[in-house]
Amino acid sequence: MINDLLLYGALPYAATVVFLIVTIQRYRQRSFTYSSLSSQFLENQHHFWGSVPFHYGLLVVLAGHLLALLLPRAVLWWNAEPLRLYALEITGLAFALLALVGLVNIVVRRASVPKARVVTTTGDWVLNVLLGTQILSGIGVAIVHGWGSSWFSSSVSPWLWSLARLDPEVAWVAPLPWLVKVHIVNAWLLIGVFPFTRLVHVLVVPNPYLWRKTQVVLWNRPRTRSS
Amino acid sequence: MDVRSQIALVFHLDKCIGCHTCSIACKNVWTDRAGTEYMWWNNVETKPGTGYPTRWEDQESYRGGWRVEDGVIELRSTGKARIVPNIFHNPSMPSMDDYYEPWTYKYDDLFNAPEGDDQPTARPISMVTGEPINVEAGPNWDDDLGGSEVYAKNDPNLEDLSPEQRAQLSSVERLVFFYLPRICNHCLNPACVAACPSGALYKRGEDGIVLLNQSRCRGWRACIPACPYKKTYYNWSTGKSEKCILCFPRLESGQAPACFHSCVGRIRYLGNVLYDADRISSAALRPDHELVDAQRELILDPNDPAVIAAARESGVPDAVVESAQRSPAWKFVKEWKLALPLHVEHRTFPMLFYVPPLLPVMSIADGNLVRSDVSQLFGEVEKVRAPIAYLGKLFAAGNDGKVRYALKKQLAVRLWRRHVTVGDISAEAARDALAQADCTSEEADAIYRLTALATFDDRFVIPPFQREMALEMLDDPHVHRAEAGFGFRTAPERA
Repeated sequence: MINDLLLYGALPYAATVVFLIVTIQRYRQRSFTYSSLSSQFLENQHHFWGSVPFHYGLLVVLAGHLLALLLPRAVLWWNAEPLRLYALEITGLAFALLALVGLVNIVVRRASVPKARVVTTTGDWVLNVLLGTQILSGIGVAIVHGWGSSWFSSSVSPWLWSLARLDPEVAWVAPLPWLVKVHIVNAWLLIGVFPFTRLVHVLVVPNPYLWRKTQVVLWNRPRTRSS
Repeated sequence: MDVRSQIALVFHLDKCIGCHTCSIACKNVWTDRAGTEYMWWNNVETKPGTGYPTRWEDQESYRGGWRVEDGVIELRSTGKARIVPNIFHNPSMPSMDDYYEPWTYKYDDLFNAPEGDDQPTARPISMVTGEPINVEAGPNWDDDLGGSEVYAKNDPNLEDLSPEQRAQLSSVERLVFFYLPRICNHCLNPACVAACPSGALYKRGEDGIVLLNQSRCRGWRACIPACPYKKTYYNWSTGKSEKCILCFPRLESGQAPACFHSCVGRIRYLGNVLYDADRISSAALRPDHELVDAQRELILDPNDPAVIAAARESGVPDAVVESAQRSPAWKFVKEWKLALPLHVEHRTFPMLFYVPPLLPVMSIADGNLVRSDVSQLFGEVEKVRAPIAYLGKLFAAGNDGKVRYALKKQLAVRLWRRHVTVGDISAEAARDALAQADCTSEEADAIYRLTALATFDDRFVIPPFQREMALEMLDDPHVHRAEAGFGFRTAPERA
């Protein structure tokens, strides 16, 4: 019981606080360290088979989780029709497998290409282990405890919303199978280590590019144009 | 009219001796840090040759620069629609294999080797992994191999040449090559700036220097394929891109950039020109063969009262206009039309101009004799050693007439000066050559003076930067030299 409270009542808050404080402090004081830290320059072929499936897979799966969190009713309504439920579940699983293929390639490349190994830090390996655990446990959940898109909406979403209300109701997740709990706890660990690792590049995705002017001209002193 | 000032550069290729002093000066000042070993912000290539990085002119694979699509220009490599797929893996990004793996030698072994029968050796070791490597490429790997069937033959500029013209460039008796020193062109329409998803790259309004803010760079790598000249480089250690800064800390204190200052052949000229920023976008839409003219039309006459008035209206200080009036770049590019932009077909409007090489013949083999009499040496421009079509591909987007004009004028200047100083060419013949080359004797003398006799102050007319009040001028730029690159208060750690 006390464990449940620690893992599902305290850990989320601890992880979120660390995430917020360190992310902001790092951005303000060490903005230089915000980078994708790409190693494509050092190895250009294998890179494709790691980075591309990993990112696309993860983005779609994350979007699915976000959807179930924000619009649980809509997801439940969608799943009311079995065919639509199967389609959603298979899509999620397929993209999770895609992310796994990507991560395996990333790990193999980082370990076997000497030049890529040079720019791989301990933090990167910690991250690889956490991400691997997350993706594998997620795939496990999808296979062993099916129809997650439905029960996520009906039991995990209420818990997450109770966290957001600062009134954690751990009873929502306490009875869930251990594999699901691994997935949940590991997710909070990922959020906690997020600001200490290269993951921060997610926060600086260049969306302003889509609406900024093509050319950037900066003036050192105010321009005094009379016309 | 939006008048702006731009630092423009001229390299006189007939004067380049290919000594690489410029490259070393730059390397010692700016790129001696971890991750920058392979960067040559200034490099010197042998042409015909594959250059650095290898075959950088092959835009089929690197997709650099702009192209015109349905009446608008767009980047070949990226753009708003392609930013998502390109951000995870950039398909046209060169890798270190296209440059070279930087190396050093285990010099310690020379001193620490145990006594034995063999001489101790210093093995080459990679500056990336620290492991011993076999050196297989370098920044000037095909140096002087102009006629090589292994290297020079792969020069992308040769592709459209006729078999005779190609033979001319590689046959033993007629073999010809010249050097092409390259730095960032500080373009008027820079593709790297347009491609940067983070907005880290920018053009300075006052002087047009293109810079990269490393605190804003996030390592999305879009600038590297986008630059058709491959003059932005990715620092694999810090995960940030870097590029030539035209030694702006030196310029701001009135000194020439390191590569200019150290140039042994005195081939480099620097001065500001005034241009109309409003006309760049329409100029970029002109067809290939008009691009040299389009770029020249952007540059405004600093002596024209209307331009001076417009410059004042646009906030260009009078001292900067005065500097533009004395600019050697103005003379070479606009007044004399001798200097041409490199690969203007990519529509970035590079502000580094080249005086195409005449490659004068010093003597001619005639049987067993070597003849060096004048009438033989100063032949016709059509018979110059490097095919004009080749030079036209490099410097005029295929418009050979522009190259022919510049070469004819250079030849006429030589004939005229030969007449004046030696006198074995008749005044008639010399004046005839001048007339044919659209040149007067006064202009020929001026060209001669700026080409052959120019002093430091003639070659580098540095406009006042008026940054006396800027706070950062109180910092010593050399404090951070070997640790972080200019402009950092803290060392650039990865994470």
